[in-house]
Amino acid sequence: MKRLWAWAALIVGLLYFILPLLGMTNFSLKMRRGEYSFDAYAKVFADSRFHETFTYSVWMALLTIVFGIVLVVPTAYWVRLKLPFLRPYVEFITLLPLVIPAIVTVFGYIRLYNTSSWLPLTGSSIGTDVLLMFGYATLSLPYMYRAVDTGLRSIDIKTLTEAAQSLGAGWATIIGRIILPNVTVAVMSGAFVTFAIVLGEFTMAALLNKPAFGPYMQLLGANRAYEPAALAVIAFTITWACLGLMQLISRLQKTPQTPV
Amino acid sequence: MSIDTADRPAVAAPARPVRRLPLHWLGILPFTAFVLLFLILPTMKIVIGAFQTPEGGLTLANVAGLFTPSILAAFWISIKISFASALLGCLIGFAMAAAVVLGGLPRAIRGPLLTFSGVASNFAGVPLAFAFLATLGPVGLVTAFLRSELGLDLRVLGFNILSFWGLTITYLFFQIPLMILIITPALDGLKREWREAASILGATNFQYWRLVAFPILMPSLLGTLALLFANAFGAVATAIALTGSSLNIVPILLFAQIRGDVLGDPHLGYALAFGMIVVTGLANAVYIWLRARSERWLK
Repeated sequence: MKRLWAWAALIVGLLYFILPLLGMTNFSLKMRRGEYSFDAYAKVFADSRFHETFTYSVWMALLTIVFGIVLVVPTAYWVRLKLPFLRPYVEFITLLPLVIPAIVTVFGYIRLYNTSSWLPLTGSSIGTDVLLMFGYATLSLPYMYRAVDTGLRSIDIKTLTEAAQSLGAGWATIIGRIILPNVTVAVMSGAFVTFAIVLGEFTMAALLNKPAFGPYMQLLGANRAYEPAALAVIAFTITWACLGLMQLISRLQKTPQTPV
Repeated sequence: MSIDTADRPAVAAPARPVRRLPLHWLGILPFTAFVLLFLILPTMKIVIGAFQTPEGGLTLANVAGLFTPSILAAFWISIKISFASALLGCLIGFAMAAAVVLGGLPRAIRGPLLTFSGVASNFAGVPLAFAFLATLGPVGLVTAFLRSELGLDLRVLGFNILSFWGLTITYLFFQIPLMILIITPALDGLKREWREAASILGATNFQYWRLVAFPILMPSLLGTLALLFANAFGAVATAIALTGSSLNIVPILLFAQIRGDVLGDPHLGYALAFGMIVVTGLANAVYIWLRARSERWLK
């Protein structure tokens, strides 16, 4: 009896998740009247705006990941090594982007860094790119920091640091050649989440007027019928691939550590 | 000279802790600078701006400006949608998690379900809106199926994807998985001994749930409700892609306000954004407080 209820709850729930995925896939294949075809996908892939915005977002994602690693790994390492009493505070700060809606943050950027301010980042195209990348970095901060911090927990950073220091290594060498390789798996999982977030992000890019993938999807959705469904399938596949890879990697990392 | 350097450590030793202290703090300087410039200061700017006149003087007029019927209505609809999707998300997510953890289902289901939840809880934004338009929209899969096979016309029944319920149902797509992700560890934390102890004392299954399991899970459940609420309240992209600007909810209003900055009143925008921070901030404070309480039991 209990098992019956359990199956019912699970199946009804899963139906809710499967139907939209089925719906969008089905719809994306129906561009040609009366038969299934990949016309909508062909249309999307042939659109030069698709290539431009997609490439732009991929670049932004990669830059954000690099910046995130450079910012987060040394910080998390340093806090654990030298300032452990700060950990709860730093952790709280890294969770703030989950509390403050992205639209509020970007509104603050526009007001704080406009052309007449002390740091006119929105005045030039490159400046806005940089600002957008910083915005993405804040969005991914909760995931990146937690991933790296968890990764650092599993290694003995104190001993590694002392060993490296007694062999004459400086801080850059320690972080770049000792710590980073030891937390690669954690960094990778943070990187995949960042990639997925940046690729689909809409609000920040739209309000900063940047030709990113998210605003392009929204624009296409407002003007076309079948292509948006194809785009949704593509976006879902990419998100799934990123987060699936992340799960796979974190599972690979866990196996050697927990013997049970 | 060499004697001099050999002597120096003894002399310099007391001075060392003093010199070391600032170097310690230098290590988190880049992080502090980044967080200040791109997270704290922009938010402060909004909060302060909400209480400023265009000339820079202090005023409560902007916040008072929120209490006009149309803006209050927007906040009210936003709160209702967020609450409805959070509540339903909690209930359905709890049912699914409980089914997998406690319902005696094969353990092989659990891993894929959690993986899928991880993906789906991140699948918000523009594509999600497209997926639901293709499913429950006027010519969507489910709409067409119900019409042709069962003779049910959703539109005649009063359902519209660009409405309160349409948005709520769409939001559930990322709310339910988030609930599953958060509540599964809590359900795992229910110890078998508690159930055994309860049944030895003669408790029925219902009594066990009402008197033991539910009170222990209560902080987790309420905390997650608050988190889901904040999650839905800040969602912009899905709403805009789904409804354009036809539905009067706070994030869309703010988006339009920022877009039309040149003509509109930026200080009303500040006040709107400030209102959003207050709502999500309160919800998250509740979440953090309740999570701390629930961790006492679920170790």
